[in-house]
Amino acid sequence: MELIFEKSVTGRRGVRLPASDVPRAAALPANLLHSAPVGLPEVAELDLVRHFTNLSRRNFSVDTNFYPLGSCTMKYNVKALENAAGLFAGVHPMLPLLPGGETHAQGALEMLFELGGLLSEITGMDEVTTQPLAGAHGEMTGVMIIAAYHRARGNKKRYVVVPDSSHGTNPASAAMAGYEIITIPSDTSGDMDLELFRQAMTDEVAAVMMTCPNTLGLFNPHIKEICDIAHAHDALCYYDGANLNAIMGKVRPGDVGFDVIHLNLHKTFGTPHGGGGPGSGPVGVKEALIPYLPVPRIVKTSEVDFGIETDRPLSIGRTANFFGNFGVMVKAYAYITMLGRAGLIQVSEQAVLNANYIMARLKGYYDLPFEQTCMHECVFSASRQLKHGVHAIDIAKFLIDRGFHPPTVYFPLNVKEAIMIEPTETESKSTMDAFIDVMIEAAGQAGHNPQALLDAPLTMPVSRLDETKAAREQHVCCVDY
Amino acid sequence: MSETYFTKEHEWVRIDGSTATVGISEHAAHELGDITFIELPQTGKTVKQFDVLAGIESVKAASDIYAPVSGTVSAVNDGLNDAPEVVNESAEDAGWIAKLEGVDAAELSNLMTRAQYDEYLKSL
Repeated sequence: MELIFEKSVTGRRGVRLPASDVPRAAALPANLLHSAPVGLPEVAELDLVRHFTNLSRRNFSVDTNFYPLGSCTMKYNVKALENAAGLFAGVHPMLPLLPGGETHAQGALEMLFELGGLLSEITGMDEVTTQPLAGAHGEMTGVMIIAAYHRARGNKKRYVVVPDSSHGTNPASAAMAGYEIITIPSDTSGDMDLELFRQAMTDEVAAVMMTCPNTLGLFNPHIKEICDIAHAHDALCYYDGANLNAIMGKVRPGDVGFDVIHLNLHKTFGTPHGGGGPGSGPVGVKEALIPYLPVPRIVKTSEVDFGIETDRPLSIGRTANFFGNFGVMVKAYAYITMLGRAGLIQVSEQAVLNANYIMARLKGYYDLPFEQTCMHECVFSASRQLKHGVHAIDIAKFLIDRGFHPPTVYFPLNVKEAIMIEPTETESKSTMDAFIDVMIEAAGQAGHNPQALLDAPLTMPVSRLDETKAAREQHVCCVDY
Repeated sequence: MSETYFTKEHEWVRIDGSTATVGISEHAAHELGDITFIELPQTGKTVKQFDVLAGIESVKAASDIYAPVSGTVSAVNDGLNDAPEVVNESAEDAGWIAKLEGVDAAELSNLMTRAQYDEYLKSL
């Protein structure tokens, strides 16, 4: 397919403006002007419409196909939420920060305040900042809050403890915040090895970061004990809420003993992500950590008025421009209020039921390294297929030919040839059955005709991409200026 | 050639006098798949045994490389910047990652011999 730049014809325009009938403004100083043309594509409106329509037809998305990408919670995003976000499109994000401007942005501030309250209620936390722009940004914010807390108390802390099944961003965020990482291996049931954890805990540990359910889709039955052990060393407990879709209305991390949590609004709360993003990674904390939250903080100034507070000396400061990704928050707010308490509980129940249905129907065909009731996702291994020379990646490519986005493969790292399936609650049984049938077909082909898998995909515009070459020889600029 | 020792995290080390040469095992290179990038350590960096020494990325995963012994980085295999595939082709020889100075051979007692490592691989 041609790039839009390759469709460019000098002088071609989508829109031609009438001749100016007002005086020309003075030219900008020469040092502010480009010295050469900026190289924008010159196309007609029809060229543009066809280009992007055709591009979108090549896109593989939740709106076109089942997308069971484990760890990503690719649920369908209700279109009504887009309309909700549009209601706020006229509010300039600077408005509440101008003198007297709060008065004119009461609806936006009230929405932010209410959303923080709803997320606190769902997670069992005392206050939530909606500022962080994505999950990993939320983690970074959370660890910085933890570091500020320890500094203010004069605690000498060096380490952050993470299980080996944690999201890779957990140790990365902690390292970015200045901590050294202690990784605890999983035990045979797939949970963090409690004995090794106990041994690793000293008074120099600042925090333990848990993802629960973990990346194997398993709920750790010892989380309360883990929190208690950590607290005995004045270490704080961080809950990676990326997998919250499994537990809404069932467990509140704050009730278990977690002190900090981040959420991914773009996973659990039904807002688009990936190319359709942006994300939003609110952070919730317990009362003792509220002074360290980012500014500006949204506050209720009277029964009916809302404002912002910026003078908070212990705050870690600003973590994003304005108030974060506001549009995403409007959508999440609309999602939560639309579903209500009963609806959110049903989301989690259905998400867990769907994952267990897929696990139960596929476990005769694929190895299941940790066989127990799963939460919102299940992790298989293609080790049985490997005996025939078929890898997880080959099964993934085969699924593409049959109209399914592949599950996550090769993650989590502690499962060989991992295939991680997260159907989410928004899929019907018939869609999941169609997917399961193709997975069973792939398992059969692996035994009888492995070449069929090794050759896939055959129906796509491009066949097997050379991922190694793409990673080794990066050429990411489409046009040389 | 001096004997090669291995860690549970699949690094290898050979000590010659006070210098240790370090890399990842052939098993690790095979498991990682096509290696796309190696984050070499800075020369002069001092590491303790089992500290993070370097990073490695493949089409499948990004992982840490741990120091099999304590020491100070005296040389790195710069050629890997342009040709990371050398680690796939020759993990335990031309694909070495770094050399450490001032090492103590006594620390080898915390590592596995090749025979022990081969046994360990069977247990995985």
